Amino acid sequence: MAEHILLHHRDIPGLDQMDVYEKDGGWATYKRAVTEMTPQAVVDVVKAAGLRGRGGAGFPTGVKWGFLPKDVFPRYMVVNADESEPGTFKDREIMEGNPHLFLEGTAISTYAIQSNVAYIYIRGEYLSTARILQQAIDEAYAKGYLGKNLFGTQYSLDMYIHLGAGAYICGEETALLNSLEGLRGQPRLKPPFPAAVGLYSKPTIINNVETLANVRPIVERGAEWYKTLGTEKSPGVKIFCLSGNIKRPGNYELPLGTPIRYLIEELGGGTYDGTAVKAILPAGASAPMIPASAMDTRMDYEAMVTAGSTLGSASFIILGEHDSVPAAALKMVRFFKHESCGKCTPCREGTYWAQKVLERINDGTGVVPDVELVETIANQIAGKCFCPLGEFATSPMIYTIKHFRSEFEAQVQGSRPRRNWREAVPQRLEPTLAMREL
Amino acid sequence: MLSETSRLLLTERLKNYPPDRKASAVIYACYLAQEDNPDHYISQQDVRDIADLLDMDATEVQGVIGFYSLLYEQPMGKYVIHYCNDLPCTLRGADQFLHVLEHKLGISHGETTPDGLFTLEEAMCLGACHRAPCMQINLEFQEFLTDDKVDRIIDMLRAGEPLRANMADAVQLLPQSPLA
Ligand SMILES: Cc1cc2nc3c(=O)[nH]c(=O)nc-3n(C[C@H](O)[C@H](O)[C@H](O)COP(=O)(O)O)c2cc1C
Ligand code: SF4
Ligand code: FES
Repeated sequence: MAEHILLHHRDIPGLDQMDVYEKDGGWATYKRAVTEMTPQAVVDVVKAAGLRGRGGAGFPTGVKWGFLPKDVFPRYMVVNADESEPGTFKDREIMEGNPHLFLEGTAISTYAIQSNVAYIYIRGEYLSTARILQQAIDEAYAKGYLGKNLFGTQYSLDMYIHLGAGAYICGEETALLNSLEGLRGQPRLKPPFPAAVGLYSKPTIINNVETLANVRPIVERGAEWYKTLGTEKSPGVKIFCLSGNIKRPGNYELPLGTPIRYLIEELGGGTYDGTAVKAILPAGASAPMIPASAMDTRMDYEAMVTAGSTLGSASFIILGEHDSVPAAALKMVRFFKHESCGKCTPCREGTYWAQKVLERINDGTGVVPDVELVETIANQIAGKCFCPLGEFATSPMIYTIKHFRSEFEAQVQGSRPRRNWREAVPQRLEPTLAMREL
Repeated sequence: MLSETSRLLLTERLKNYPPDRKASAVIYACYLAQEDNPDHYISQQDVRDIADLLDMDATEVQGVIGFYSLLYEQPMGKYVIHYCNDLPCTLRGADQFLHVLEHKLGISHGETTPDGLFTLEEAMCLGACHRAPCMQINLEFQEFLTDDKVDRIIDMLRAGEPLRANMADAVQLLPQSPLA
């Protein structure tokens, strides 16, 4: 692709600086929106562009904005910068490398929903990222892009960063709202949806960082231009995070609908150990694992579902021929056990037991029926949970076994060389590949 | 006890939220208390202070602290190391490398060095999987870890040098498949 849209800082050095960003046309679209466009006109452009939420669910952004009840104020914009899905590091690069694009998109969007306050909820581990953002926000205030009566209009806008403290569940939008209100970050019952009753019981729109980073380009260049990228139902570009057994891990900005093979083979360079790709996790730990035979699937919201998974946050974790699927399943279940908020029993206890059983399977003390036991536990969690995290947790229990049952059985029967990889001898690892980006 | 500076910072921070929504600043207040305390944790006195300052019940504050993994109820080392061995990092050698770190520090994960300088904890994905192995020391990223780099970082901190992000040169690892 010629020029990056979201990762434009890779094309223009210093784009994280206000003056460079302004020279590149930055903040002008926001000024034009506030002074020349009605909020509804902005909503209409985003709706027409078909932008879909990049936080995981892929819900059309303009449509979501349209759910706000008329004439109820104040309203809030809340940015979801909690990015904690294993294998996801795209929002971090946007916020660190191209902070003004993200902030301008947030500003335009907050104007569009007729709100005067945007909270950016960022995970505690991104403290250094938050510092970069705060500096960019300070510059935006100094330049008169944020504050009171902007550009001589009636419109005022404040932006605040709110640091989380280490909890994956706070990425779930209602848990995030509870956390922002000073409560434990546990999910709320839906409905009511946040658009009706959200932060401080006011109408609230919650959007992902990457979603909002798309807004300036869309408003600047128009919905028709945006729709020339990607597919009909999944328009635009997306950042794909590539990690695991891959030669060149990193973020790749591509049009939606690009085949997985292109990402893994052309851009990622294949596995680093030269083995064939065995399995792909297309959305971190949360979505079903797919076998390498799905490599020609197009990476858009529809095609990934047809292939038996979801696009989610587009965090592609790659496993090579020699990477143990049972070991990977254990890691993922351990993640969900650690991150279960404890509110409901099936999720809290189910992840606990599944981890125990998977540990047995992996360390060679298991028996063949243990494999089925993991599936049984998953079935007892599925459909019985308060929030989607419980459902997510069943993916690594069900689909790893579905596609690689014989590997699990070989592992318990000991026909696969048992290696307790927690205690493997540390080897001296050779530094080779140079840093690619950032 | 929250320091005077922290109280001022907290008062300033409360302006970000509606006046009757002081509880929104509870995580921030906890971070401040933790930084003020030489042992890096939130004491019972802090809990009561924070509750008073934010119009909350002490039990609510306690509940919040118990919920989040970056808020500590027990004394911690001066440098809290969160080492990532979640799946993507593990696929790049993180589990093996954990032993390098444990060996260097002379402790296992979940422990604090006898001199009170380092606490080592396992962490879930930190958002740096493309720069594995990685860790955070007091929330500053240390990425592309190698044996040498870990040696240098730990030695620098032991020698009393100030903590910075990515304290040694960046080099990326290309391990043999560690899950093989
Ligand atoms: C357990 C869980 C974790 C989530 N984590 C995140 C996250 O880290 N970042 C994010 O943007 N969305 C996350 N989401 C999705 C949000 O709930 C929400 O759908 C999203 O922020 C909406 O923004 P979008 O429409 O722009 O995608 C998570 C959802 C669940 C159920
Ligand atoms: S499903 Fe899990 S994370 Fe979600 S509310 Fe229940 S216990 Fe909490
Ligand atoms: S898995 Fe280690 S940073 Fe993501």
